Amino acid sequence: MTTARESRSPGRSPSATTSLRAAFLIAIQGLAGIVLLPLLIVSFALVVIWVGLPMLALTLSLLRGLAMSQRRLARRILGVKVPMPYRKIGGEGLLDRLQIRLTDPATYRDIAWLLLTICLGFAVGLVAMIFYIVLPLGVLASPVIIRTYLTVTSSVLRRSDTEVMEQRIGELATSRAETVDTQSAEIRRIERDLHDGAQARLVALSMNLGLAEQMMEKDPQMSRELLAESRQSASVALTDLRGLVRGIHPPVLADRGLVGGLQALALAAALEVDVDVVMVGRPPAPVESAVYFAVAEALTNAAKHSTARTAWIWLRHNAGRLSVTVGDSGVGGAVASPGGGLHGIERRLAAFDGTVTVASPIGGPTIIAMELPCELSSEKI
Amino acid sequence: MRVVIGEDLALLRDGLIRLLRAHDFDVVEAVDNGPGLLRALLNHQPDVAIVDVRLPPTFTDEGLRAAIEARRQVPGLPILVLSQYVDQLYARELLAGGNGGIGYLLKDRISDLDQFVDAVRRVAAGGTAMDPEVIAQLLARPKAAAPLASLTPREQEVLGLMAEGRSNAAIAGSLFITEKAVGKYTAAIFGKLDLPVSEDDNRRVLAVIRYLDQ
Repeated sequence: MTTARESRSPGRSPSATTSLRAAFLIAIQGLAGIVLLPLLIVSFALVVIWVGLPMLALTLSLLRGLAMSQRRLARRILGVKVPMPYRKIGGEGLLDRLQIRLTDPATYRDIAWLLLTICLGFAVGLVAMIFYIVLPLGVLASPVIIRTYLTVTSSVLRRSDTEVMEQRIGELATSRAETVDTQSAEIRRIERDLHDGAQARLVALSMNLGLAEQMMEKDPQMSRELLAESRQSASVALTDLRGLVRGIHPPVLADRGLVGGLQALALAAALEVDVDVVMVGRPPAPVESAVYFAVAEALTNAAKHSTARTAWIWLRHNAGRLSVTVGDSGVGGAVASPGGGLHGIERRLAAFDGTVTVASPIGGPTIIAMELPCELSSEKI
Repeated sequence: MRVVIGEDLALLRDGLIRLLRAHDFDVVEAVDNGPGLLRALLNHQPDVAIVDVRLPPTFTDEGLRAAIEARRQVPGLPILVLSQYVDQLYARELLAGGNGGIGYLLKDRISDLDQFVDAVRRVAAGGTAMDPEVIAQLLARPKAAAPLASLTPREQEVLGLMAEGRSNAAIAGSLFITEKAVGKYTAAIFGKLDLPVSEDDNRRVLAVIRYLDQ
């Protein structure tokens, strides 16, 4: 909620002390930049001998930290969010990571900003501070200087619209491909379950009934047994179908929506689950289903791997975003491995632009936070 | 014995009516939707009602809601709820009032006619008839909270069968122990759950409610 408000409302004029502090920070950032630039140049030069590689990794990290501090400052003063533009670092070794950083356009934007901040940052910060302290009108002037400077730098630090769009298209293409994959895998599973389960039992059932019909006159005892067997396999077929339907769309979810569905999940879970769910209205059915299965997966993981005895579910809907958090009191150390449960949750939610954040330090606890944009419809009566 | 039926599938409704009439029940009304069901339950106040969870107009849990509402207005009104699925959440809601006279069974169970009619009579008499699958779901959870955790596995088993609505003789039969032993187990269960001394039937219902409410 807070982030949404910050990114929407126009920034208010910063108070005098905030201005002074901001000016000071800008000057310090300028100074830090002056130190960092030669380091960066030396690192690049030393790449020829291997020493440059770790140095480069280090200086690029420092640069990133510095740029982030500027982004945070811009967000605080201007009230506009400058999103993190970096690519995710997925590689294992130092070289992989370095390669990702060096091919990331955001790194070059950071370098451009570094040059700008070296030329202007220290001077602007100093001037703003001096204005504030010396000139009687400085109280009015220095915020203007600071805001102007930050507007310029954040336009350098922000990704271009094309880049944002390109990344978005990439994300959509990936999530669409994954959705299609998951969907067709799911359909294959349903087909197989029907084929091996209910369908096979119905075949056996009708065979038994046919036999019983034939035997009726000759061997009433035998036909009675066959009938009893038929009833048995009819009830097993029903059990199969029930299990299958639960896996496709749980009846409680259809009846009671997400709130009731999560309550039922908590009751059926293998650990003690505390449910704190507040939501007026219902999300679209596909979202309900995705969240339900994601929470089910999280609880199953908790029961299987965490050795926790208790867990909790927390759900709220605020400003067009649905936030669901599942936590347990277990041993932690959960990681999203390909094909694993956490990865499954990520894929499920990615189809709705949802994100999953996992915090699971060794020793616990594990907290899985899921967030996805969605609107609620009013409750069905 | 006067019965009201709430079931929207004509095939099943007619089957139920035929089945119950054959066993000398008097079916006073059979309705096929939620609002009609609530009206019928309150008008007739039958000796027992048989209700499908999913009914028109919403095809969600109309039947269940009608049953709970009717029992709110007429406490203890005996209702046997049938469903394609059983869920603990619903079992708890049905028992939440603290009264007996509640059954919650899978529709499949109708196929065993004798047991089904037996269950209807048990519910009419103020007992409970919980589906074995509800009990199985409960037993699958290793998290029994106090005071249920203090029950021995055998006592838990007896309590589960009690929740299904079995008599002591039936419990003895299915666990291959004597009726006297069952009596001892039930006494131990009542003691551990700290249930007030009262009629045996009533204590059984209370024990089942504790059990499902864990």
